[in-house]
This record gives sequence, structure tokens and C-alpha cells, in this order.
Amino acid sequence: MVGSSIFLTLILYLVLLFGIAYRIDLSKKWRKRIAGNPTVYALTLAVYCSAWTFFGSVGAASTYSIEFLTIYIGPLIVAPLMWIIYRKFIRISKAQGITSMSDFISSRYNKSIALNRLVTVLLGVGIIPYIALQITGIERGLETVISWGDKSQANFSFFGFIDMAFVVTVGLGLFLIAFTTRKLQDKSQNHGMMGAIAFESIVKLVVFIVFGIYVCYYIFDDQSQVYALIPDGELKLNTSNNFSQWFGMIILSGLAFLFLPRQFEVGVFAASNETQLKKAIWMFPIYLILINLFVVPIAVAGNHFFSETDVDKDTYMLALPLLNGHKWMAIFVLLGGFSAASGMIIVATHAISKMVANSILLPSFIDRPFFINRFKGKDHKIPVLFRRISILIVLLLAYFYYKLVAVEYSLISIGLVSFIAVSQFAPAILGGIFWKHGNVKGAFAGIVSGFVIWFLFLVIPTLFGGTVNKNYIMLVTESIENNHGAIITTVFFWSMFVNASLYVFVSLISKQSNLERNQAELFVNIYNYSESVESSVVWKGKAFFPDVQSLLSRFLGEQRANYELRTFTEKNNIQLDEKEELDSRVVRHVEKLLSNMIGSSSARILVASVTKEDQISMEDVVDILEESQKLMVLNKELNQTSQELKRLSDALKLTNQKLKKNDLLKDEFLYTVTHELRTPLTSIKALSELLTDDERMPEEIRKEFLQTILKETNRMTRLISQVLDLENFESGKHQLRISHADINELIVYCTNTMDETFKKKNISLHIALDDTLPVMELDYDRITQVVINLLTNASNHCNTTKGEIWVGTRKSNNTVIVEITDNGEGVERGMEQVIFEKFFQADNKGTKKSKGSGLGLAISKKIIQLHEGKIWVEKDETFGAKFIFTLPFEQNKFIVA
Amino acid sequence: MSEKKILIVDDEPSIVLSLDYLMRKNGFQPFIARNGEEALEIAKNEIPALVILDIMMPGMDGYEVCEKLKSNPLTNSIKIIFLSAKSGKEAIEKGMSVGADKYLTKPFNTKQIMQEVMNLLQ
Repeated sequence: MVGSSIFLTLILYLVLLFGIAYRIDLSKKWRKRIAGNPTVYALTLAVYCSAWTFFGSVGAASTYSIEFLTIYIGPLIVAPLMWIIYRKFIRISKAQGITSMSDFISSRYNKSIALNRLVTVLLGVGIIPYIALQITGIERGLETVISWGDKSQANFSFFGFIDMAFVVTVGLGLFLIAFTTRKLQDKSQNHGMMGAIAFESIVKLVVFIVFGIYVCYYIFDDQSQVYALIPDGELKLNTSNNFSQWFGMIILSGLAFLFLPRQFEVGVFAASNETQLKKAIWMFPIYLILINLFVVPIAVAGNHFFSETDVDKDTYMLALPLLNGHKWMAIFVLLGGFSAASGMIIVATHAISKMVANSILLPSFIDRPFFINRFKGKDHKIPVLFRRISILIVLLLAYFYYKLVAVEYSLISIGLVSFIAVSQFAPAILGGIFWKHGNVKGAFAGIVSGFVIWFLFLVIPTLFGGTVNKNYIMLVTESIENNHGAIITTVFFWSMFVNASLYVFVSLISKQSNLERNQAELFVNIYNYSESVESSVVWKGKAFFPDVQSLLSRFLGEQRANYELRTFTEKNNIQLDEKEELDSRVVRHVEKLLSNMIGSSSARILVASVTKEDQISMEDVVDILEESQKLMVLNKELNQTSQELKRLSDALKLTNQKLKKNDLLKDEFLYTVTHELRTPLTSIKALSELLTDDERMPEEIRKEFLQTILKETNRMTRLISQVLDLENFESGKHQLRISHADINELIVYCTNTMDETFKKKNISLHIALDDTLPVMELDYDRITQVVINLLTNASNHCNTTKGEIWVGTRKSNNTVIVEITDNGEGVERGMEQVIFEKFFQADNKGTKKSKGSGLGLAISKKIIQLHEGKIWVEKDETFGAKFIFTLPFEQNKFIVA
Repeated sequence: MSEKKILIVDDEPSIVLSLDYLMRKNGFQPFIARNGEEALEIAKNEIPALVILDIMMPGMDGYEVCEKLKSNPLTNSIKIIFLSAKSGKEAIEKGMSVGADKYLTKPFNTKQIMQEVMNLLQ
């Protein structure tokens, strides 16, 4: 009963996965949404958390050792490094059409097909047990739930031999065939599958957190109650509380995280762009922290209930709800475990099977006459067929490994063995992208030696099991180091040490081929070439267009092939002539296109079959790389020039704006001037008309009219000359004529000139001059103009009945200060600045000031400014307006305007 | 019949001089105001038949004076002619919108202004 409901749940879950993937693949909108989305990307990275995380962490934590955390601390630490390492991987893979880890390694190292195959085989050996481990995880989970309280149902199966694990394996195989092999010629990155993986990551996280809350707050009342169950001093780093071992585990899991084929698959080949990394490098660590939040409390709770029983520690998460009679919760947890396991199985199988197909199967068969004839006209089906075969091979191998070997071991130990296996590729890959001198011989030496150590000390013991292995391991580890507990870290350390040393040593003593040097340059300095990889790759030989075209058509279809060739040649300005030799860039591009689809080895074999390749000389490599570099420099210069142009045009815009504003001011000024001229003109015109029309006008009125006309004419003249004056000052036509002068004498002269006006208006004048003033350098006539103007203003604004004006000079800090004060009403508050502007009463207010043209003060200000002095007005406390101007003793320069 | 009263509002003495003479010669009794406040005061006291009103003056401007006159029931029947140096379309429209009967621009023609005054007072 329980069995069939669980079975149904899992089948429904699988159907849901199919549905999600199908929905995404079907709709362009959804594919787009998945493709560039950094959140989806970060969630697919969480495929790192497998069944091992789900069930194994709790099992490991139940010993009160928090060593399980190292598996997450490693990735947590290296996550920021993804911006450096993964970004480079992504850039290189995109530029070179690389779609698998083995292609990545072999492309860097002389495009060696042998290395490609070696990497594939070793990854298969390292990862297939790990896939088997996931099947084990699912199976153990199922068994626990089904056999709870009824041991007779322990072996749930159909027809006696098809067990649940087999059904699940087949289901996942079908999923892979459906969503990763259908459209190989597309460069599409299996968005449907990636969407499903992201969904699975959400499921497992939610289940884990919900279950954690269930344990802490439902089974127990509070989290602290759970922690109280931990025996004093029992929580430790690892069983032997060894810090270096803890540290070694962190490095191991960090490296594994970067180089596991499934991480490579989701992190590099499925990435749509590099910017996704930016968000992922902080989102992914948060995911890791969340999924580990409740591991310890769950383990402690498990120990509390089951320490005296034979319940497997790895199944605590299922046993806890079952013991408490919550079957639904057990099934919920099982679903979470299943999502963790299936996600890993899908991506890992996808990655490995792609390598098996592209590196081993395809290159062996693709140029066989049998295949060429059998698939004539349907060549694009060849890679599809091989991909499907490889998926089946990989999954079957995993299944049999699970059946024959894996059941014996705890979840965590097989996982760590796999971690050490994939770490063996770290030196060759990291060296490949950061060190130009690494070569194919070094890579071979390093990888092989590392794997030999791994195989001897970790695999043989697990394969032969039983009592033999214990003694064997003891023997080996004792001879290396006297540490019985730390087999994993010891083997990790020594294998990596030998691997990296041999890689470096052999690379240094052997020579790189020219092709390899070319690829090394492209890998290490990818950021310099990524725009122009096709033209930076050296390829020499004879090729003709029809041959290359028909090769590409075989796999892409004629239409698509022609389209690809046309767009590439148009983009690069390459002339296609059927009789001429083909441009090497086209050959290189075709190889990249094929490589995208069938892997680099097969692509290389096929391209070689239709072309006649020549040996590349060192000069070729140097030439082509130099050219690329020159192009880069040129590009940079062009960029700079265009930036400079932009700066210039910005400056021009600014100037233009300023000019426009000046223009506007000028317009306003002109408007005001004509306006000001209109008033006297109006009077003159009206009065003249009256004089002309009325001949019998009384004599005294006629005289008054004529005098007014004369006065208004003078007003116009004055206004015109003032406007000209101001304009000349502003345009720089008026120059100061500097001479030595006594400022006191100047002021006396001005007051004498004004004497008659003052007398007429009955104004009394008070003069107070400082006779210690030095001789000044100034333009005598202009300063006289200023003083007369100020005196005139004062006489116009002072008290009408009993006017008084004070004029004074004094000195302060190398300047002379001149003050002219009247006893009028003073300048209106707030207008102190405005009165110095030309026509300050400007028309927008609709009002105007009572007297004067409005230009006198503006001109005075200009003159004082030219003398490097200042002019302003104050409200005198007892009297009216106090105008003050200052002049420096000496003129710094004899300039104007 | 007493002479019709006309109020001249302008801050330029020379313009006032000519308008004053022109009105007297044509049989009107002119009153002079130098600014807006004065104009409102005289208008209330004398209730002239017509006001010749400048716009740009210190303090209250002509538009405001016109609005005040038109909104006061005592003075709202007084005809108003704007006489201004502002000749832009906007200024004229604004002038008409605040209730003026006519808008004339400076410099003006003495015969024309007389004609308009006569027309309005018929």
C-alpha cells in the first residue's frame, strides 16, 4: 500500500519534471527567460547538493563531528573565484565551440585526441560510482519508508527483478534522451533541462528547511531543546579533531566544486553570458548556508531516538517522521531526496555521456564507410544516435555499479572518492588557462600519475571490499604518514602533489608544438582574442569551398550550413570563390561549428578529411598572434578616438548652450533698449504734432514744449551713448588708459563739476578725504565718470527739501575706499545687487525705476571691475544709500575687458 | 453741460504734458496721476468718463489699476484706454482681458488718440 503510493508520487514528480522541461523547450518566451536569468543559473549551480547532501550530511553529523560542513565551506570560499576562473572558462568555451570538459582540456593541449579519450575514461571511472551513489540514496530511502515496521516488504520490486531504482534510472534516462539529444545542431543549451534542474534545487531546499522546522518545532518544542541533547564537549571538527585534515577537506571540496563535470556543465556550458556569474557568486553561497541550517539539529534528534537501534544514520531524516507516525512527512522528505539525487544524476549523466559520445564513440566511427553509407543524407542523426547510446551506457554502468558494489558503503565515502578523482584535472585545467608553458606531455604525466595514486589507494580497497582492504589501506597509509584516520586527505594531498609536480616538471623539460603554443596563447590571454579567435588561430593548408560546405551540410542540413557560411563570410569580408583556395578562417569556423555539435575530436577528424593540412611553422604562429594583437591595439585606439570625439562634441554642445543663453540675454537687452528709447520718442512725436497742428498756441506753452523736446532728445542721446559705452566695455573695444593719479584730486574735480547742480537743488556737500593716500594707477576719465555718476544719483535721490551728500576716501589693505552717501530713502531691500544690472527694471516685472536710464550703475560696475576693484551699496543706518567702491593701489595688469 | 473728465495716468512728465494739452484743447477736463495708487484715488473721487492708462509704472502696474477699476461698481463704467510702449501681442491680449476698451501703443498719433477718445465717449 505504502509502496504503490510512493511509487505514484515519484512517477508524478517525474512527469512534472518532464512537463517543466517540455514547457520551456516549447516556448521561445520561456527559453529566453531561463537563458539569461542569473537566479536560474545560481539554482542550477546548486546541483552540487546531491543525495549525499540530503541524507549523507545528517549521517555524518550524527557522530557529532561537523566535518560534513567542509564539503560546503570549500565551495563557499571558492565561489568568488568563479568570477576569475569560470568567466575565463565561459569565454574560452564560447570562442572555441567547446561543449565538454574533455574537449576543454584536449583543446588546450595540442588538440590531442588521445588526451581527450583519457580524460573521458577517467572522468567516467571517477563519476559513474558517484552516480551509482545517488541511485543508492534513492533506493535506501525507499527501502526505509516501505519496510518500516514490516521487514517482509524490504525488497520492493516488480516481477522479482525490476526494482524501483531501475524504474527511476530508466525514467531519468528517458528524460535525458528527450531533452538533451533532440536538437543537437542547435546551439541551444538545453534550457528545458536547466529549468527542471533549477526547479529541483528549489524543491530540495524547501523540503530540507520544512523538515528542519518540523523537527525543531514540531517533534521538539524549540531548537534549543534539540541542542541541549548534544553531550558536553562532544561536538568536534572531525573524529580525530585534526585541523589539517579539516583544512584538506575544504580544499578538496573547493576544487571538486570547480571541476566536477556537472558543475562544469551548468556553470560553463549552460551559461548564456558571463554577467550571470556576478549574481550567482553571492546567491549560491546563500543557498549552501540555508540547506545546512538544520543538519545538526536533525542529526542530534536522530541520535536521541535511534542511538540504541539499528537504524542507518543516513536515513534519520526518514526514520524520524516514521517513528512519530507522520508518513506524509516521510514521503515529502523522500521527494526532496529524490529531487537531489535525480538532479545530480541528470546533469552528471548528461556531461559524461556527451564526452563518451563525442570523444570516444563518434571519432571512432564517424569516418567509417559503413556509417557514411548507412546515414547518407541523414548525417545529423549520427551524433544523436551516439548520444543516446552513451546515455544508456553511462546509466547502465551506474546501475550495475550500484547493484554490485555501492550498497556496501556509506553515502559520503563514495562521494569523496569521486571528489579526489575530479581534482586530478585541476592542475592541467588551471595550468592551461593561467600558464602558457603547460603542455600536453605534462598534462598526461600529471593526470595519469594522480589517477594511479587514486586508484591504488582508494579504488582497489573499495572494489575488493571486505577484510583485505582494511589491512591494505593501513599498510599504505602507514608508510606515507602515521595517520590512520585521514585516508581521504592523505591520498588527496599526495595525489595532488605528485600530479601537479609532474605536470610542471614534464611541461618544463619538453617542448610545445606550434599548434599548442597557439592554443596556449588563446587560452591564457583569451580576453585579448575573444573577439577575433577565428583569425587568431593558425591553420595552414589547402581547402576548397565545396568540400567544406558539403561537410557542414551533412550535419547542419544544407540550409543552415549555407546560412552559417554566408553570415560568417559577410561579417569578415571574405570572398567565396569555388575554384580558389578557401580562407583559413572559414575552415576554422567550420571546425568550431562542428565541434559545438559533435565534439572537438570528431570535428578535427572530419575537417582533416576534406582538407590538406600543412605543418605550421613558428613564424606563422608569431605572425598571426601579432596581427591579432595589432588589431586589438588599433581597436583600442579607435575607441579612444571616438571617446575623445564624444568629449569634444560635449564641449561643443556646452559652448553652444552658453552662446544661446548669451544670445537670449542680448535679445533681452536689445528689447529693453528699444523700449527705453520709445519713451522720449513718444513725447517728442506727440509734442511736435501738437506744435505743428496748433498755430495759435500760447507762446509760453510753445516754449515749454520746445524745451521738453530738447530735454527728451538729450535723454535719447545719452542713452544711446551709454549703450554704446557698455557694449564697448563688454566687447573689449574700450581699453583703460592707465596713468598715475591722485584720487583725492579726482574727487575734488568731480564735486566742482557738480557744484552748480548741488546749489540748484539746495544740497549741502561734506567732503572728508584721507591725505595719506598714495598715488594710484587708474584711468582718470573712467573713474571720473563713475564718481560723477554716483554723485548724480545721490543728488537725484537725496532728501528733496534738505539734501545732504557725504563724500569720503580712506585706505585699507592696499586698497582705496571711496564712499558716497546721501540722505534719501536708500535702496529698497533686496535690490542691492539688481541695481547694478543693465535696465534692472527689466520688462518682465512691468514696472520701472523712477529715474535715469538704468545703465549708469552697470557702466560704473564694469569700469570698477576693470580696475580690479569692487562696487556695492549699503543702507546707511542714519542716512540713505551709501555707495562704496574700492580700488587697489596698483594695477596688476594693464588689461581691459 | 460741464466738461467731461479724463484721467491721464503716466509716470513720464513729458508724455503727461502733451496729453494734458491735447485734452484741454479738445474741451475735456484732464486729471493727472503719476502712479497706480494716485490713479485709483482720483478715479474714485472724480469718476472721470475715461482713463488713459500707462502700463509700466513704479509700484502698481496698469493692468492692476484697470482690474481694480473694473471690479469696483463705482468705477466699472469708466472707459479705459491703455497707452503703452509694450506692443507685443501678449501684452495687448492681456490688456484687453483685464477689461480695457482700447489698447494703443507708444509712440502715438495725437489725432488718432483723440479720435478713439471721441468714439468711446459718444
